[in-house]
Amino acid sequence: MKRKIVVFFMILICFLLQCTVFQALSLGGIVPNLLIMLTSSFGFMKGRKEGIFVGFISGMLIDVFYSSFYGGYALIYMVIGYANGYFHRIFYPEDVKLPIIFITVSDFIYCIITYVFLFLLRTRIHFFFYLKSVIFPELVYTVVITVIFYRLILLIHRKLEESEKRSASKFV
Amino acid sequence: MPRVKIKRRKFVMPSKYILLIMSILCVGMMILTFTTDIVVKPLSIVSGYVLVPFQEGISEVGMWFTKRSDELKQLRDVMAENEALQAKIDELSIENSNLLQDKYELTKLRELYELDEKYEEYEKVGARVIGKDPGNWFSVFLIDKGSSDGIEVNMNVMAGSGLVGIVTQVGTNWATVRTVIDDASNVSAMVLSTSDRLVVTGDLQLMESGVIRFAQLKDEDDSVVKGDQIVTSNISDKFLPGITIGYINEINTDSNNLTKSGTIAPIVDFDHLDVVLVVKQLKQQKE
Repeated sequence: MKRKIVVFFMILICFLLQCTVFQALSLGGIVPNLLIMLTSSFGFMKGRKEGIFVGFISGMLIDVFYSSFYGGYALIYMVIGYANGYFHRIFYPEDVKLPIIFITVSDFIYCIITYVFLFLLRTRIHFFFYLKSVIFPELVYTVVITVIFYRLILLIHRKLEESEKRSASKFV
Repeated sequence: MPRVKIKRRKFVMPSKYILLIMSILCVGMMILTFTTDIVVKPLSIVSGYVLVPFQEGISEVGMWFTKRSDELKQLRDVMAENEALQAKIDELSIENSNLLQDKYELTKLRELYELDEKYEEYEKVGARVIGKDPGNWFSVFLIDKGSSDGIEVNMNVMAGSGLVGIVTQVGTNWATVRTVIDDASNVSAMVLSTSDRLVVTGDLQLMESGVIRFAQLKDEDDSVVKGDQIVTSNISDKFLPGITIGYINEINTDSNNLTKSGTIAPIVDFDHLDVVLVVKQLKQQKE
């Protein structure tokens, strides 16, 4: 339960930062995707269920405020979180390279899905333009932010694990 | 008699079933929100009260920082600009006196024809921009006024004297605004001088260069030229007539030789919006 509350507040903070502070810090009008970073990292750090939970909340926040219908972003984020959960088995906390690759691939897939459903279906067919001016800059910016914030997420994750272990051992 | 405790294994649902159930929930919500607004109301009210105060606070701090850095940058530009403008003032003051004469004539003529004023005075309410779309694909922003301040969906939003966009979603203390440069935005407009109608379409490809695309301009006698003012048209069902969008930046004849298209330079600076005006009058009043 404690974990759920902490994670929920992390999502809220990331969402608020992405909508306000990072809009002011945007480089060339591009903002990093903090919510994908969070969804993906909790997916492979904790497993598929956690991925679903974090993805659903993140997507739902975007849906409620910025989407014209509910459930679309929630579904995309949820599936990405779930897919990342499959890599829980090969996740080692010491390794930083692999998580960065996962997060990058997740963000890329997220961008492609948004492009296909929200742009390609409205006959915006210049894929390489969008790749060059939206998807690629967002990937780079997200990776840079990930390098900075990933350790913080990992630290919170470890603290949560420790406190969970402690409370579990009390009842034995 | 001691009670025997039967240790039951806790039932754990496999994650793929959770995903399936949640997916069905999402799809269900999509269908529901497409057709009705049952889910929209309670969720948006709750989230509005939880998140909007935070967004207001953070964006105020952020705004302060960007303003300071902008001020420094602007100071240099302003000094150079000042000289150029001084020269222009002289030029314009001569022109102005000519125009004043025309104006007197115009007022007389208007009285003669008993015309109303060109623009009706619309009732407006000021609002602050407190958040932006978290992605990089659309240009939608959040303002700090909602239905409790009398804001409704489809109200027009202006900044200064130019059109910014339209209200798409309303909560009790927040509303989202889709800008005219947004990729999904279409505005029916007209050329002020000739009343030729055209459609102004936002385009992500042009957003960086700061212009908006327009199309379907029928102009058989080639009277529309670069620099003409574009205003919202009187046939639009959502936009009030006569709000300035911008000036024609580039104009080309389409390959069908019937219509023209090109780009418009908007008069609103969409990168530095912090206060906007919401026009509290709808084009189509509810019955």
